Amino acid sequence: MKIKGTQLFVKALIEEGVDTLFAYPGGMAIDIFDALYGETSFNVVLPRHEQGLVHAADGYARATGKTGVCLVTSGPGATNLVTGIATANYDSVPLVCFTGQVPTSLIGNDAFQEVDIVGICRGICKYAVTVRRREDLGRIIKEAFYIARTGKPGPVLVDFPKDIQNALGSDEYPQEVSIRGYKPSTGVHMGQLKKAADMLANAKRPLFLVGGGVNIAGAGEGMTALAEKLGVPVVTTIMGKGALPTDHPLYIGNMGMHGNVASNTAVSECDLLFSIGTRFNDRITGKISEFAKNAKIVHIDIDAASISRNIVVDVPIVADAKEAVEKFSEIAVPPKHAEGWAERLQALRAEKPIAMPREGDLTPQDIIEGINAQFPEAIVTTDVGQNQMWTTQFLQLRGKSKLLTSGGLGTMGYGLPAAIGAALGRPDMPVVSVSGDGGFQMNEQELATAVCQELPITVCILNNSYLGNVRQWQEMFYGGRYSCTCLKKRKGCAAWCSNPNAQCPPYIPDFVKLAESYGIEGIRVTKREEIAAAFERAKANKKAPTLIEFIIDREADILPMVPGGNALSEMVTEYKKEGK
Amino acid sequence: MDTAKKRWLSLYVENDVGVLAKISGLFSGKSYNLLSLTVGETEDPTVSRMTISMVGDDKTFEQVKKQLNRSVEVIKVLDFTDLPIHKKEILFIKLRALKREEMEDVFRSAAVFGVAVTDYDRSSLILESVKTESENDDILKYYKKHFLSRMEAVRGGAVAVESVSRSDR
Repeated sequence: MKIKGTQLFVKALIEEGVDTLFAYPGGMAIDIFDALYGETSFNVVLPRHEQGLVHAADGYARATGKTGVCLVTSGPGATNLVTGIATANYDSVPLVCFTGQVPTSLIGNDAFQEVDIVGICRGICKYAVTVRRREDLGRIIKEAFYIARTGKPGPVLVDFPKDIQNALGSDEYPQEVSIRGYKPSTGVHMGQLKKAADMLANAKRPLFLVGGGVNIAGAGEGMTALAEKLGVPVVTTIMGKGALPTDHPLYIGNMGMHGNVASNTAVSECDLLFSIGTRFNDRITGKISEFAKNAKIVHIDIDAASISRNIVVDVPIVADAKEAVEKFSEIAVPPKHAEGWAERLQALRAEKPIAMPREGDLTPQDIIEGINAQFPEAIVTTDVGQNQMWTTQFLQLRGKSKLLTSGGLGTMGYGLPAAIGAALGRPDMPVVSVSGDGGFQMNEQELATAVCQELPITVCILNNSYLGNVRQWQEMFYGGRYSCTCLKKRKGCAAWCSNPNAQCPPYIPDFVKLAESYGIEGIRVTKREEIAAAFERAKANKKAPTLIEFIIDREADILPMVPGGNALSEMVTEYKKEGK
Repeated sequence: MDTAKKRWLSLYVENDVGVLAKISGLFSGKSYNLLSLTVGETEDPTVSRMTISMVGDDKTFEQVKKQLNRSVEVIKVLDFTDLPIHKKEILFIKLRALKREEMEDVFRSAAVFGVAVTDYDRSSLILESVKTESENDDILKYYKKHFLSRMEAVRGGAVAVESVSRSDR
């Protein structure tokens, strides 16, 4: 039977088991939306901006482990995806993004809403392709889903011209995929694993460094069991956080730029760094020449290109984290000479925890600990900046809990839409988003989506009225010159102000009134005693989001900190504010 | 630290729209130092073959190969740097406003260099040289020395294929 391209598109999504489609219509996608009209096989969600849309699909994918699917129109619809595609690419999130396109006969004519989105996205996605012939459509969609979810997962873009949408063709959707240039690695090199096992057995100070790859592969339980079997301590990157329960005795903490003292000390002092699923980016390593310089390094990664790229390793192993951890578990024996090492790190962790001074009425630590107390299991999303770092520092992850954060690209505006995607994909779990007042405003329009979809998200805004992370750097490294970081600043303010006080203009918007305008409850919290009650009220709103604005110290800092270019051992743990 | 040197790659890629942009974009986006890139269809019309020369240290070169290998559009990556291969580049040199005695010199030099005179008028001609890059470098140097203001040079970038019994690079 001959069917239209749009009908094959719908059939393909059904066959791929898609249950949620994040979609925003437009002129070059209207035929696809016509085919979706009345479709009940999956939920079609209409966000309020394509950037919010793609972050929602990303949050859905991270929360469920399934592939997030986007559909937008050509031109601006497509370009609005770009930040979200890059975000997903850097954090290895499987997405398939369909973009409408002008008819093939018009491509290259600078037609209305025409843009070369495949060209734009080529360097920021796993694969991008334009469907140029109707007979290729089924194969291309099948390949897109396969490429997105296999190997190192990532976003795939399929550009879908209007004439192909309407062309009649075969109704067959292929069952098999064969791509001659794409064969994701399978299996593990046992010889390399044995070498690693020998090194571990003889190490005096062995350490596991767990990255996001472990969470993506679903290898957290295996990793926990492996660490327990060997008695080897574990540190994580922020993307690896949650692989072990954060209250596990062998879990030393997050390492890197804002890691705890014990974790960064562990990396600096270990003699075997056994790393799994991390690409050793600059936020992790600090000064490269000083990174783990006493250690032999074993590196397991699904992506050969991530191995020996930033850090030259001694034992490279290209493999899926889950399979590698399982196989390694079978052959590994506890280190023979590591007495006292784990205990020393545990003692250091207890002695030098990350702790903010409990000054003033309300600290970010109070808020994140409030989340820990009120939500024993939850999916927590963050924006980027101080809110993100405080969350990664203080959030407890237990059981099915997950942390979704833009770790690689560092995308402000990620938190709220990602929470929407997570809530749609995991209705069984409470979802909490943590944003700063800056990042929240980058995608605040998505409150409407959360309301329309009846999603009970607890939306937390940590309001310091600054772009706080940049402000902190300006304070610490730029002599307190607060250039363009104050969100209260108005036309009448002094050009050189770096001294917030009671005379500052009022903040806009009023987030509580903003919440009310969306017909939802908005709560302003100014004291730590009010935190629990605010979360209780949020949890009582079962069919709508609740916005909680926390007014925090305007100049609260994230500490410890490894200043850019410093070695991990050169952490700043205290910062004395001048004249304060 | 190992030093940067010249490297050769031969790629089998999908013969599709955008593949050249993908590969060249990978080099520019990651700041790899690309020297030359040639591409053409193979005996299989769905496959193109690229010959790439670049400069880089061992670590960078390993990364380039890995990045190319992980591209969906790349079917196979061959490292020709230290393999026996045949490698040739085409070079055209157009010379004009030649006097009679200069013309004679060009014909003599072409015969010595083993370069073909492929087109001719009374005061102009075109030389065609199919040789290795370094031979073409030398030939070009000679004509630049004597005819710089009256010449045009067009180089194609090298193509390479693995040897059977002997090599020529």
